[in-house]
Order: sequence, then structure tokens, then C-alpha cells
Amino acid sequence: MRSVCLYFQVHQPFRLRTYRFFNIGQDHYYYDDYQNRHIIRRVAEKCYLPANRMMLQLINEFGKAFKISYSISGTALDQFEQYTPEVIDSFRMLAATGCVEFVSETEYHSLACLGNEKEFIRQVEMHTQRIETLFSQKPQTFRNSELIYSDSIGETIGNMGFHTMLTEGAKHILGWKSPNYIYCNNLNPKLRVLLRNFRLSDDMSFRFSEQKWSEWPLTADKFVGWLNTMDPHEEVVNLFMDYETIGEHQQKETGIFDFFYHLPKAVFTNSNFSFATPEELYQRLQPMGAISVPYAISWADEERDLTAWKGNDLQAEALSKLYSLSDDISKCNDPVILRDWGYLQSSNHFYYMSTKWFSAGEIHKNYNPYGSPYDAFINYMNAISDFSIRVEECVNAIGKLTDETTSAEKPKKVKKVVKSSPKKAATAKKPASVKKPASVKKAKK
Amino acid sequence: MKVLMFGWEFPPHITGGLGTACFGLTKGLAKHGVEVVFVVPKSFGDEPQEGFKLINASDIELDFTQTLTREFREKISYMEVGSNLVPYLDPEEFERWYSEEVIENKPETHSVYTRKYQFSGKYGANLMEEVSRYALVALSVAASVEYDVIHAHDWLTYAAGIAAKKISGKPLVVHVHATEFDRSGENVNKVVYEIERNGMEAADRVITVSNFTRQIVIERYGIPAEKVFTVHNAVEPVDKPDQDDVTKHVREKIVTFLGRVTYQKGPDYFVEAAHKVLKRDPNVRFVMAGSGDLLNRMIRRVAQLKMGTRFHFTGFLAGPEVDHMFAMSDVYVMPSVSEPFGISPLEAMRTNVPVVISKQSGVAEVLQHALKVDFWDIDALADAIYGILHYDGLRKMFAKYGKSEVDSLLWENAALKVLDIYYNATGHNK
Repeated sequence: MRSVCLYFQVHQPFRLRTYRFFNIGQDHYYYDDYQNRHIIRRVAEKCYLPANRMMLQLINEFGKAFKISYSISGTALDQFEQYTPEVIDSFRMLAATGCVEFVSETEYHSLACLGNEKEFIRQVEMHTQRIETLFSQKPQTFRNSELIYSDSIGETIGNMGFHTMLTEGAKHILGWKSPNYIYCNNLNPKLRVLLRNFRLSDDMSFRFSEQKWSEWPLTADKFVGWLNTMDPHEEVVNLFMDYETIGEHQQKETGIFDFFYHLPKAVFTNSNFSFATPEELYQRLQPMGAISVPYAISWADEERDLTAWKGNDLQAEALSKLYSLSDDISKCNDPVILRDWGYLQSSNHFYYMSTKWFSAGEIHKNYNPYGSPYDAFINYMNAISDFSIRVEECVNAIGKLTDETTSAEKPKKVKKVVKSSPKKAATAKKPASVKKPASVKKAKK
Repeated sequence: MKVLMFGWEFPPHITGGLGTACFGLTKGLAKHGVEVVFVVPKSFGDEPQEGFKLINASDIELDFTQTLTREFREKISYMEVGSNLVPYLDPEEFERWYSEEVIENKPETHSVYTRKYQFSGKYGANLMEEVSRYALVALSVAASVEYDVIHAHDWLTYAAGIAAKKISGKPLVVHVHATEFDRSGENVNKVVYEIERNGMEAADRVITVSNFTRQIVIERYGIPAEKVFTVHNAVEPVDKPDQDDVTKHVREKIVTFLGRVTYQKGPDYFVEAAHKVLKRDPNVRFVMAGSGDLLNRMIRRVAQLKMGTRFHFTGFLAGPEVDHMFAMSDVYVMPSVSEPFGISPLEAMRTNVPVVISKQSGVAEVLQHALKVDFWDIDALADAIYGILHYDGLRKMFAKYGKSEVDSLLWENAALKVLDIYYNATGHNK
């Protein structure tokens, strides 16, 4: 039996507030609460809640036959918890049906796979743990931010014990191959790789309301008709997209809800397809062979590469500044610093700095709160400048404490440390001294 | 296509962007085979001019012939009309200049033109008289040459353009490089406004140098949108001598404001932003190059903020001094309150200097590799300056893309749009 694998990405970053250079060293809060709250409430109302209601209704209607999968980034979960906890409840109701698989990703929807492997693994573990706690199922499938994938990233994920990883069915990696089969990782054949069928996925997520499109309007029946024209040997159609497609990117008025509402019935009555989650596909199907992806791919733009996040000097500097802090961070235990470390890693911040849309159309522009990539860069660099001062202070404070407890015999060294940064030590005391002793002790245990 | 063009100053001795723009456009048109008769008022050598010393008729003539290519010379005729007119003067300034310099200091001057003046004592009257007289003189030119279309640059020539249209019946195109609202904010001079509006109304087509100005022309002057066209200014590709030999004698980075120190250019926002930057990073120097009626106020404000050792005034700079200033700069700032176009950031970018420009400028419409802020947003302005000084990525990006972006703004492309408007106005086919 052939399968449709419907997977939705749920993500919202913590957008930064306007953070000026004169805030550096004085104000350590970087987030635009108003904007974040406004957006999460709007999208919850237009997409997450009604779409979840619809999915639940479909599952109830078709018994166990209708299946879907989601990944929900940690930053989205944090914002649901803060502003719209009812969204989490509705995902829990979906989880309870047993027809929904929750896929793991990096906690902060980050680019850590490119910057720091240890940090990458930490975030994947964090998110996996969190999903298990929330939805009582241990994720066996992984999707990286922006579907970024390469042989070595897949290898890391395979070694962590995941069964399957999702990525883009990019033309240049497939060549003559079809995305409608299951493949395995080139270095670790235990890891299955599911490739997004970008044509059919984008018909829904990008072209659905495009009235100039020759196929407009798209109906569920027409879509199933296309499924039926596929080679009968092909096993799976991977339809991966942002969940916000339903009701946000494609507004309710476009008929997107009706489309999805009628899709299962059309599939069941007019085709020999059924619905499956990635884990079910893992249990049921064998890979056709290995897929070789020596250079990282993503689901973005025509090139399906990383240039939307890592394509210019602004992004390069911001990323290198961010990940240059990795070592110091590993010595910090301050939960607020660790939270900011995560939030500042969301791929969106780097996407806002892309200069690609100068020539390449509207998509980048649409989801960008900044007037220009240069503004995005300056704002981010100001925030990260403040953040790096805090990290340094935190490390110094810990160093000082460690020295004090072990330095009865070495008084000279302590003096030196204090002398070398009298100003920093003085300012460090305020944020650090409150939480630091406790967390340091904890670490020592 | 033959054009009778009424303009102003010509390079290299110019007081602002208008002369450069006229020159560039004329050359661009020549490349497309358009013949231009360019009529310029000639100011007399015996008018001493505070702040306008560069307008020296004999100099213009000399340099003009030197800079012309042969091709250009074949296409363009150049005419001078005796006149006391100088651009960028409002009637009050003109009167002050005239009374101080011409009447008081040199009462015995018996130039044929100055003698004609009956000084009325009323502000503005003389400038208006000049405008009319220029139109009259221009009229004789208009009757003596052949052309298909009349093109008048900015309000001082509109009367001449209208007059030429009346006697020839040829279509009139007026080119708005600035409006009274740019020069004076909300305190517009009613007489100037009327002249501008009359010119635009009489014109068959109105060309504006930006959408920003187009909006003003439509909204403030009530001109029907369908006859107003935007043609963004461009820049002349120049091979400036390598500035590597310019030695900076200070270690600190230099942030530069270069332009007239007047309300329109927003110098006060530059001063306040400098203060914000210096509070955090004292290792920066700010330079205000230019003169104007707000200069003393700026100097007082800098003293008041106690940043005199970090903030420098150069007075008016011209020619090679400007290039030198750019070569020394690490950031160029144009915080204009209302800037129809604003060509100076392009000159800075050509020297690989990153620029911060106000969103209230026409040039912001054509630039991508520039930081853009609202002129009133001092925090954003300071932040942009600080960003360029501290975050390398910006400098790298601007160095990589800024110059080529500017070099792609060619007058021959702008001229092509103007040519289209000529065809459109005359009903001729291409």
C-alpha cells in the first residue's frame, strides 16, 4: 500500500526588540514581547487552534486511518506556554489519538548543526526529552531546522538512535532518482531519510492561492488525481510544510481549510494511497538505497542550499560571534543565560540578515520584521555584544568562586584575578551573585 | 530630438547637486543622440558672494570646455544669459546678499545689470524681478533656435520655460529637483510656491527626481499624478585619482556630515547622534563639513554637550577637499529632513565609505547597500553609526557591493527615461 506522509512544522522564534548599542551592558532583555505575543495569538487563532480542531475531527471521523506528524520547536512551545496554553492542550488531544507522531528537532530551531556539534546534540536531546514529557511519546524521527541535512548531520542523528530523518528532495542530490521512495544515510545506513516532494508540497503551501497558477483553484479531488498519475511502484509521497500554511500563509478565505478537510476522504475513496507517519514508514518499508549529500541542503529557495542563513558577510560574522561563545557557555549554569543562548540561536535571526531578497523576490521579505538585512544585523550584533559581556562575567564569577574555595594556599592568584578585571567583577556581581553560588554548588555535586 | 533646456550652474564649480545633475543628464541625452541647447544664467564677476564664491562665470566657461568630450560638444550648445541669479537662494537670502554685497559694499559698481535695479526695499522683490528678466532674456533665445521640446530645471527657470512655450507652442517639461517644502519645511515662501505651481501646471510633463518628491508634487501642488514621472538621478562615472595617499592624521575613526548646514540637511540630528555615540565610545571623531545658517547653533550645541575635542567643523569644502574628506571618512551620514534626491551619499559610496541616509530622501529609493533611518530617530541614527564602526560585517558588505551599486546608476539610463517622456510629450515616434 502506498502512503501519503503529511508532516507539519510548527515554529515561532523569539523576535528581538529594537536593541540599541547604548543598551549594551545595561539592559539584558532582548525580546519584543509585544510583537511575539501578538503574533503567537494571531497565528493560534487563525491556524493552530482551528487546524488542530479540524485534524482531530478528521481523525475521529476516519478512525485510525488518518495520520499526521508534527514537530513543534521549543521556542514555539515556550511561547504557547506563556501566551496561548490552549494550543498545547489541543496538541495533547491530538497526541492522545495515537494517530499523530511528534518529530524531534533542535530545541531552539537553531543552526547548531553548522556551528557546534556538541551544542547540536544537547539541543536535540533537550527537545526529545521535552516532547516525551509533553506528549508521552519518545520521538524516533528527527527534522533539522529548515530541513538542513548532510551525510554527516544524518550520521550524528543516526548515532543518537533516531530511526528516520526528514529533509528536502532537492533536485541536485536526487538527480534521476525519485523522492517518492525511502532512502538511507550514506554514512550510517541505519538512519532512514525521507525526502520532501517539493512540487506537491509547494502546490499546497505556496501556490494554493495563486490565481495566476494554471492549476488554480486546487481541490482535494484534483490533488488526488495527481497522486494517481504517479508511477505505481513509488511508495510514498512526503508532503512537508509549515503548519502555518493552513490559515496563516494561506488565509482561511482561500479555501485552505476546505482543501485539507476534504483531502483524506478523497484519498480514501479515489486512490490506493493511505496515510502514514514517518515511524510507520520505518517499520513497514525498506530503503531503496543510500542518498549521498556531501554538502548541506535545506528546503529554502531555488538552490536548496544554506545561503539564506549563511550566505553573506553579515551572517558569517553573526554566526561566528555567536558560536565563539560556545566554550564559555559550557562553563555557565545561569538558567537565564542559557535561555538567551538558545533563543539567540534561532535560524530566523540569520534569515532576517539575508541579502538574497534584494534580487530574489518576495518570500524572504514577507516574514521579516526588519526593514533591511543591515538593520537586522546591527540589532542582533548589539544584543549578542551584551550577551557576550554577560557570559564573560558569568565565567569570571565562577572562576573567582572556584579560586576562593580552593585557594587557601594560593592567595596570590586570587589577587591577580580580581585585579585583572576590577570593573567587570564589580558589574558582574549584580546579575551573577544572586544565582551563581547555588548553581556552582550544584555543578560540583 | 532637439531640446531647449533652461538650467543653472555647470561643473566643476557648483553649489549643489543641481548642476551636477543637469550636466549628467545632458551628457546622457547626448549619448542617445539628443541635441540640447543649454541656457545658463551667468552671474557677474563683480558680485562678491559669501558662501557662493564658486559661481564664477569665467571659471565655469573655461572648465566647461575642458571637460567636454568632442561628441558632447557636437550635440550641446551652451548659452549664457546675463543675470544675477544664483541657485539655492531664497528671496530673503538673495535680498540680504544683494543689499550687503552689492548695495552697501559696492555702491559705486556700475554694471549694466546692477544699475538696472531699483532697490525696492521689499524682501523678495529683486529675486522675482531677476526671474522675470531671465525669462525675458531667455525668450529671445527661445525665438532664435529650433527645438522640439522645452526642459526647465527647478523653479527659477519655470518662467523662462513658460515663456518659451508661449512663443513656440512646443511642449514644456519641468524638472523638479527640489520643492519649496524641502527648502523651507512648512514655512513656505508663498511667492516661490506660486511660481513652482504655475510651472508645474503649465508643463505638459513634470519630472521628479524621486517618488518622495513626486508625492509632494502631487499632494502639495495638486498636480495630476498621470503627468508626473519619476526619473531618479544618476552619477557620472569618474576615475578619481587614487586616494590611498591621503593620510589620516588621527587614529580614531571619522564620521562625516558634508553639506549645507541648514534646516533641510538635518545637521542637529547628526550632532545629537554624535553625542550618543561618544558617550559609549570616545574613540570616534565627528566632522561637520559645510556652512549655512545653522552653523553657529551647531557649534554652540557641540560646546554645550562638551564634545568639542571630538567634534570638528571644517567650514565649506569644495572640489579636492571634498574627495579628501571622503577618503578620510569611515562613515558618511546624510540625516536630511527632506531630500528630493541627495547625490552626496553616492559620492561617498564610490570612495567605499559606508553611508547612513535618512528615509526622507530620494536616494534611499535607489540604494540597497546603505543604512536607512528616519531623520528624527536619533537613536536609530546613532545605532547605525555605531554598528558600522564596530561590526566588521557591515564594512565588508558595503565595500563589496556599495561601489558597484552606485556605478550601476548611469545617466544614460536616466536619460533614456527622460527621452521617453519627451517622445510622450511631443507625440513623436522613436
